This record gives sequence, structure tokens and C-alpha cells, in this order.
Amino acid sequence: MRPVLYVLSFLAVMALGFWAYRENYTTQAAQREVADLQDEIAGLREALTIQRAEWAYLNRPDRLRQLATLNFDRLGLLPLEPQQFGTAQLVAMPPPPLATDILPGLDIEAPQSVSGSLEGEQTP
Amino acid sequence: MTRTPLRPLARILHARNAGENPDTIERENLRLRHEVMRDKARGRAQLRLIFLALSFFSAFIVIGARMGTLAATEPVEPRTASTGIEIEASRADIVDRNGRVLATNMLTHALYVQTRDMIDPARVAKELAAIFPDLDEATLLRRFTDGRSFLWVRKVLSPEQVQLVHEIGDPGLLFGPREMRLYPNGTLAAHVLGGASFGAEGVDSAEVIGTAGLEKFMDARLRDPAQAGTPLVTSIDLTVQAAVEEVLSAGITMMNAKGGAAILMDVNTGEIVAMAAGPTFDPNDRPNNPTSGDPSDSVLFNRAVQGIYELGSTFKIFAAAQAIDLGLLTPETMVDANAPMFWGKHKIKEFENHNYGPLLSVSDVIAKSSNVGTAHIALMIGGDRQQAFFKAMGLFDASPVELVEAKGAKPLRPARWPDIVTITTSYGHGMSGSPLNLATAYATIANGGIKVTPTLLKRSEPMRGERVISEQTAAQAVGMLRRVVTEGTASLAEVPGYAVAGKTGTADKTMKGGGYYKDKVVNTFASVFPANDPKYVLIVTLDEPVEMTGPKPRRSAGWTAVPVAAEIIRRAAPLLGMRPQVEPQPLDGLTAVSN
Repeated sequence: MRPVLYVLSFLAVMALGFWAYRENYTTQAAQREVADLQDEIAGLREALTIQRAEWAYLNRPDRLRQLATLNFDRLGLLPLEPQQFGTAQLVAMPPPPLATDILPGLDIEAPQSVSGSLEGEQTP
Repeated sequence: MTRTPLRPLARILHARNAGENPDTIERENLRLRHEVMRDKARGRAQLRLIFLALSFFSAFIVIGARMGTLAATEPVEPRTASTGIEIEASRADIVDRNGRVLATNMLTHALYVQTRDMIDPARVAKELAAIFPDLDEATLLRRFTDGRSFLWVRKVLSPEQVQLVHEIGDPGLLFGPREMRLYPNGTLAAHVLGGASFGAEGVDSAEVIGTAGLEKFMDARLRDPAQAGTPLVTSIDLTVQAAVEEVLSAGITMMNAKGGAAILMDVNTGEIVAMAAGPTFDPNDRPNNPTSGDPSDSVLFNRAVQGIYELGSTFKIFAAAQAIDLGLLTPETMVDANAPMFWGKHKIKEFENHNYGPLLSVSDVIAKSSNVGTAHIALMIGGDRQQAFFKAMGLFDASPVELVEAKGAKPLRPARWPDIVTITTSYGHGMSGSPLNLATAYATIANGGIKVTPTLLKRSEPMRGERVISEQTAAQAVGMLRRVVTEGTASLAEVPGYAVAGKTGTADKTMKGGGYYKDKVVNTFASVFPANDPKYVLIVTLDEPVEMTGPKPRRSAGWTAVPVAAEIIRRAAPLLGMRPQVEPQPLDGLTAVSN
């Protein structure tokens, strides 16, 4: 019985040694990967800062104004005027749904009064 | 293992035959057996002791070795911890109230030279001079070869320039990383932001320090590593600021002015939404401070904060508001306005020698901008109370706004305060202040009488200030200012839908040695809108304007500052999200009855 135990424990020591060796190297690899990723993150952050600055530079009011002037015939953009404020009533709303759409089984053979219109909508 | 018997038969028989005692043989054998057992037990015990000693020995060796390595190795940063955003930038960004970037950092390179590593100084000098036209080839070559081992060539390079320098390919040319302050909007809000430059410089890095404006005032906050990731949020609105600057610079050109300033302030919080001064500059390429000449002629001069001018008739509303608040008058009370008025040896006249008298209501004194009427109101108040009121309005102290320049711009006031000073200051002469002082005082009237602290930083909590005048007085004062636009001197300020209220001010410029220029004026228009529920105060100041479209040059604020202010309101109010409103008509005393 005893020799079996000895052999088993020796094998266990070997297995644990192998496991520890592998764990050591995976940890080192993971640490290297983390370091690489951190370098990459730093690089990307730097790029992001530059892109943010470039975005702000390209969207500076002076340039937008010039572009709006250059492309006036296509865009027709002008500075915001007080008259351009509208009210909700001026917005075209979709027509109200028909009764058959709401109740698919509805029988409209019989006369029913179903109608809808929009406030301010022009009826021909 | 074979067991030896204690009494072996052969030996016992043999001993009996010889007449000996056989028990001695048994005792002998028993002794031998005990000796064997004793040896065995000792051996086992010794083995256990050795095992135990070995275990302890190896445990102590492991602990000792670990302690030894810990003591002997260099400390290392833990690499597995994640990095935060704070190492991203060394100086915090500045953004507007909606988070749009006003100032940020960009990584560039500085170029320096290690002359002992240089292979061909003559060629390097020639090629560098070709890349940078402002460098002189002969000077460069002399500096490369005069024995020094190290010298800076350029503080910042663009990526294209870095590439060109790389292509020279000389090992003596080296790059140091540099974080550069960048103002992507160019001249926008230049006077607010100020500028930044390099402080202490090393090969690997250089510190960026603020040199003027907000950058210098908030330098400690912007450089604080703990807050480097959080941008500094200002109260400026980028789009409104752009519109105000555009209109102001057009106004300065059209009115042939030397310069101008505009301040747009939220009356309830004291936040400055836009602050412009012209002429302006590019903070990315900030010019050096002028060493000679009048500092107010420099583009760096922030007229909105540093310009200490006599603000003229815009002060009249303070006298009227104070007198109403003290209960001396109502807006309808008639006061003496018979011009000219004599006080001792002084003669007080109206603009262009008008006479609005003999009697004028307080409301009309403001609407027609009568100096004489205001003088009589001020005399009713008296000098002491007038001074206390100006102090409460913040007109005696440098503005507490977050700009380094503000501290040096203390309003000028007479040392003594006789009655003639009471009279002249009531219509804004003999006492000077900055447009920002005026904006703060008007905001106090416009918000219902609560003292305002101006700020360039976005406020997250409501402002608390002491009450200077009652809410009712404030409303009456704004009503009088509204009449200036509807019936008085500022008729060009009418912007449909925004019910502008305001007061014009025209003051002759003071000469260096004393006295006033004949044809140099400072025109100011201080306005509040909308009059029925004031939200913003706009001050427009033009320095030496003259309007030339008429038959003779016009220098009154009603013709210069007022149209500029009206255009600013027309452009800025929609951007501030204000819907034009139909002004509620004041109730007619006769129709407001029912049966």
C-alpha cells in the first residue's frame, strides 16, 4: 500500500510543479499583454485628444460661416432669425388612422360616422 | 523475521546435563531481545527528529530567502492595475457651457541639437533654414560650431515639419515631446481665454503655464493633476460668442471706432454668456505685451474689463432707482429740469443745449436723458447715500470676475465727494468704470434688485446675493428703461419680439493731463431684455465711434452703440433659445373697468 502512496504523491508533486510552471508563464504573458494594451490605450487616448481638437478646429464658427456662405445656393443657410420660431400647430401631423386599421374585424357596411381632420389642415 | 526462542531446547538440555541453571540462558536471550527492540526504537526516533529539523530548516530558508529578495530588489509599480484618464493630459481643457472645446492640448515635438553627435553641421544648417524660413542659415551654423554641446532650435513643430527634419537624417537632431496649448477656434473669446506659454523646459517635457485671462487666473486649477481629466466649464456659449464677436467687429468697422466691447450676462446667475472686445488677436500666436506706447492701443487690451471709461448717461437710472427705492419719488413725480442749471460756478447743460424743462416726470428724465433733471434727483438723495448705493452696486470696486486683468482695473472715483460730484456722477461724469462693472449693476436692477457677482464659470447652483433695491423699484426702473427705447434716445434698439429696455450713454474721453477731448467720445448702450421678464443684460461700448452717413458726423450713442446692440440682440436672442414674444400692453386706466 505504502509504495503506491509514495508513487502517487511523487506524481502529484510533478503535476503541481508543471502547473506552477505553466501558471507562471501565462501570468507573465498576461502582464506583457496588459502592458501592450496600456500602451495602445495611451496612444489611442492621445489620438482621441488630437481628433477632438481637430473636430473643434473643423467646426469653428468662422469656418462654418464661410462654408455656409460658399454653399449658399445648395444649402440656403442663414443665421437664426427670431421669425423662425414656430408653433406645434404649424407642424404637419400624419392623418388619423382609419377605423378598419384599428379594428380589423369591424364591419363598415352599416353607416357609421368615422371621420378625422387636423387642426389647420387644408381640406380641398 | 524469525523469532529466536527464549529457551532453546538443545541448550537447555545441554545445560541441565552440565548441572547449570537453565534460567540464565532465558535471561540472556531476553536481554538480547530487549537490546534489539531498543536499537530499533532509537533509530525511528532519530529519523523523526531529522525529518522535523529538515522541515523547519526549509521553512526558515524559504522565509529568509523571500525576505532577502524583497529587501534586495528595486520596488516595481504593479503593472496589472488599470490606468485612469488622469494621466492623459497635463493641463485640463477649457470648454464652453455646452461642452464645446475652447482650449485643449496637442502633442507635438520640440527640436534640439546635440552638436557633438552632428555629422555635417553646414548641411544641417542649410536644410533647417530651408524648412523654417524664419531661421537664418549663417546664425544656425555659427551656433552649431561655437563649442556648445546642446541648443534648442524650435519649441514646437508640426507633424509635417517633424517629417522634414527626420528626412535630413542627421543623428545630432533630436526631438523632445511637447504638450502644446491649442485654441481650435482661433480668435474666438481670445480676451477671455488669454493665452499660455511654456514655463520650465526639459528635454522630455515642458510645463505649460497660463499667461493671461482665464488661463492665468485658473492656472492652479488647470494644472492640478487630480482634476486634469475634468475640463473647466465656462459660462461662455460658443455660438452666442461667435455671433456677438461677428456683429461687434462689423459694428466697429461701420462706426469707424477704434475699438469696442460687448458683454452679455445672465441677470439671475451673473454668468457671462459672451464677452467680446475688439480689436482682437489669436491666442495660438499671442503677441508680446507692448513695452511702449499706450497699453490700451494694444490688441491684447480687453476693453470689456480693462477699459475704464466714463460711462455717461447710463448712470442716470441708478439715481432714479435709488430715489424711488428711498420713497422720495415715483416715476410720475415732476422734477425741475430747467436748463441750464447753475451750481456754484458750474453750469450744467443738456445735450446740444436743449431745454426739456421747466418740469419733467422722472420717467421722462430717463427717456429724454436730462442731465438737469437727474442732477436734481441726485441732490434729493445726497452724496453719502449715493456713494453707499454705488458701493452696493459694485461700481467702486474692481470686478471679481475670473480674469487676471480684472484685478488691475479698479474704477476711478473722486477722492472727495462735494455736491458737484454728486451731480456729475449722477449722469456718469467724473467717475469711471469698466463695461463689466456697468453690466453687473444693470443685472442687479434687471433681476429684481439682488446683487450680482459676475462669473465666467458655469454656475451649478442658484446665486445668492443681498438685496439692493426692492423688487417693485426694480420693475419700475426696467419700465423706465423700456420707455427709453419706445419713446426716447434709443429708438433704434427696438427688436420686434424682444422688448429691449436700455439706456444710452455718451461721454467725452478724458485727456491724459486732464480735461476732455472735443471729438473723441465713448458710447455705451446698456440694455436689458426682455423688459417684461428680464433675462439678459447686454452692454455695448464703442471707443471713439463716429457715424458718417448723415450730413454731419454723429457721435451720440443712439446712432452708434444702439444699432450694434440691437443687431446683437436680434442675432443672439434666438441662439439663447428665446422665442420672440408679443409684449403685453400696459392696462389702460380707463378701459380696465367692468360693469
